Amino acid sequence: MPTTTIAGRTLDVNEEGFMTNPEQWDEALGAELAKLIGVDMTEAHWAPIRFLRSDFAVQHETPTLRRVSTQAGIPVKDLFALFPGKPAKKMAYVAGLPKPKGCV
Amino acid sequence: MTDTPFVPSFDSDASEGGRKLAIICSKGNLDMAYPGLILANAALGEGVETHLFFTFWGFDMINKKTMDDLKFSYLGNTAMHPPGAFGVSMPQGMAGLPGVTALTTKMMKKQIADLDVPEVPEFLDLIHGSGGHLWACRMSADMMKLHEEDLYDGVEGIISASDFIELTEGAQLLFI
Repeated sequence: MPTTTIAGRTLDVNEEGFMTNPEQWDEALGAELAKLIGVDMTEAHWAPIRFLRSDFAVQHETPTLRRVSTQAGIPVKDLFALFPGKPAKKMAYVAGLPKPKGCV
Repeated sequence: MTDTPFVPSFDSDASEGGRKLAIICSKGNLDMAYPGLILANAALGEGVETHLFFTFWGFDMINKKTMDDLKFSYLGNTAMHPPGAFGVSMPQGMAGLPGVTALTTKMMKKQIADLDVPEVPEFLDLIHGSGGHLWACRMSADMMKLHEEDLYDGVEGIISASDFIELTEGAQLLFI
């Protein structure tokens, strides 16, 4: 299992660079991860990230974009504005979780 | 271990390389509506510029009067089997009996809902909200005497086939 050092911490990551141990994550690290992909975290950014963390804790699966939108009540359009390009994957990365597996 | 953080490359090909996807939706059956919607949604989530062109029976997917009421019949579909019962065939003649299409439609809608996949109108909302472009075919609209106000609000316009080909220059194309 590869590791990488981010903000002075050694993290377990997969072959793409996604964290594989959610226990190694906290919000300070999340902000660092966001910076690395060009996102400056604001309260608006934290809302979906916190949902991802709490949903993952229960479902053991990273929520898809649609699930974030319907369950956390954040319009999909806003998620694209907050995490441009590939919002589902970017949010998963910032939240220290695997990429979502679901199709929709 | 390296000093440079190992970060996934999110903005590689799709967003910067200008990858585009064009999907032509020509069917109005419930089961044939979903492939285009699911692929469009997946492409948008990957940062791919996505255009859907609704034509002929595909108009039922964006016609406000029909979009919520697409149906599934297994008539002519020999691959049909009862849910989970692979290898068990369903008599084709039965598919034509009154009430069977309503029943199979209900069954399929339930299976789709069980996966938390939205119905067609909500799926269009999802695609529209994700920045997908929806276009209606001019010839189909003329044939069916439909106007923009009859169509899903997110449809950007009724355009000719030539216009669609022009605006999807360089796109990968799917005909469904």
